[in-house]
Amino acid sequence: MPLSRLSSPFLAGTNRVTLQMLQLLFALIPGVIAIVYFFGPSVLINITLAVVVALLAEALMLWLRNRPLKPFLTDGSAIVTAVLLAIAIPPLAPWWLTVTGILFAIIFAKHLYGGLGYNPFNPAMIAYVLLLISFPLEMTTWLPVSSLSEQPLDLSSAFQFIFNGQLTNSMDAVSGATPLDAMKTQIGLHQIPVHVFQQPVFGLWGGKGWEWINIWLAVGGAFLLYRRVISWHIPVAMLAGLSAISLMTWLVAPEITGSPIFHLLSGGTMLGAFFIATDPITASTTVKGKLVFGAGVGLLTYIIRIWGGYPDGVAFAVLIMNMLVPLIDYYTQPKVYGAVK
Amino acid sequence: MNDVYGPIIRDGLWKNNPALVQLLGLCPLLAVSNTFINGLGLGLATTLTLVASNGIVSLLRKQIPDEARLPVFVMIIASIVTAIELSMNAWFHELYLILGIFIPLIVTNCAITGRAEAFAARNPVGPAIVDGLMMGIGFTAVLVLLGAMRELIGQGTILSEAHLMFGEGARNLSIVLFEDYRGFLMVLLPPGAFIGLGLIVALKNVIDTRQKAKQAKQVMTDTVPASA
Repeated sequence: MPLSRLSSPFLAGTNRVTLQMLQLLFALIPGVIAIVYFFGPSVLINITLAVVVALLAEALMLWLRNRPLKPFLTDGSAIVTAVLLAIAIPPLAPWWLTVTGILFAIIFAKHLYGGLGYNPFNPAMIAYVLLLISFPLEMTTWLPVSSLSEQPLDLSSAFQFIFNGQLTNSMDAVSGATPLDAMKTQIGLHQIPVHVFQQPVFGLWGGKGWEWINIWLAVGGAFLLYRRVISWHIPVAMLAGLSAISLMTWLVAPEITGSPIFHLLSGGTMLGAFFIATDPITASTTVKGKLVFGAGVGLLTYIIRIWGGYPDGVAFAVLIMNMLVPLIDYYTQPKVYGAVK
Repeated sequence: MNDVYGPIIRDGLWKNNPALVQLLGLCPLLAVSNTFINGLGLGLATTLTLVASNGIVSLLRKQIPDEARLPVFVMIIASIVTAIELSMNAWFHELYLILGIFIPLIVTNCAITGRAEAFAARNPVGPAIVDGLMMGIGFTAVLVLLGAMRELIGQGTILSEAHLMFGEGARNLSIVLFEDYRGFLMVLLPPGAFIGLGLIVALKNVIDTRQKAKQAKQVMTDTVPASA
């Protein structure tokens, strides 16, 4: 009987980047379903538009840089950037907002630095910050949670709005402040957080709808941890950092802002903790460094939320910590085994 | 004649352009290049300073003691800039108000001290003045190009507020390219200036590489038949 003569290596020869990116996209599905449930299906239009533009921009840049098209186009990294940005921007973002953001992310934040693996900043967050600074009005016009609005948007009217800017309902019916925004403005008007929390945009623990989106994003994040696509250090450190500082201020000065749970389940906390801060290219790479990086993102997110000019601070926090990564990695290099001192 | 001035002109405008190759004077370049007219205004003021300072430094180059040359250069440049500042205040008052601190700051523009030290202190008056003029025009060209780019993308206009520079008659020179343009604030903020300047430098490098490749090819085709 002829024996099969196999030889090493026995590891499956899959493309690890593609595999990781696919799992990341898979892990985003519960969060996206939650967004569709609470804010209507317009986010799906944004995701489709973003992915198409991202692939075109990626192909253009690869062609300009004389790089092979197929391996880089199919690795999924451009798609992940596109989906992350499409989730982060408001569901009713006009088409040019999405297109501008994606073009900037892929062309400037990714390829001008050398492409996948060389970009010091998270492309999706660079694009988010660019849009937030340049178009504050469009970037802060969120839909109210569909259970709060009288006429929830269906797919075709969302399509109309995104591409034509026209709507059958009045604009008031579709725009509302995010919970973080509402909290910030109301406290600016000397309201007490507990009273602010009685407003209809707030839910059980965080913003209405937002809390469940964050919880489902965290469930997706748990899947990534289970599959070991990401390590636990950055998400845990970020959530711990955010909880620690918000618990402290909440105990000492409860009039400043909402509870720690409100901050954990509002805005982009979970998206940032599991999907954005954990980007293997732009985050710290050493074990200790990941803890420092994550904790820094958490602290800065809270600081920017409370004392900064913008309602949410995840994107800025991630970019600031991206800048510090070379420094963090330098000081947290593990000792070589057997080395003295 | 051409032997002396040709390289100076090419250096100032392209090969050794103060903004694109030496990367000098970036502070005013990045801060004021948010519109075409602002860029042109500061560029012309800088050019005037460069011509005057290069001329005076070159005239006095035998008298200036080597040990004290930098303070002397700075004093000469500062006097010229003060004169220019006062005249701009008189004749281009609105533009003067917009450019603000960046007019007196021309004194610290290292392109000017750099040219005084590297060129004017070692060359006769004629070439020194031409060098100052060409370096100034090179600097102004980049300022205006960057200003036009940022104004176009940032506000959707070209030559807005042209009356600041050319008088009331030029008020309708300004062109609004996109009606109802929402503006692109990032382009008007400092990051836009850095990215824009980076793109212009990259464009210059691409042109240079293409040209070098073409020349190399020409040399190849010229020499191959000769050697064959």
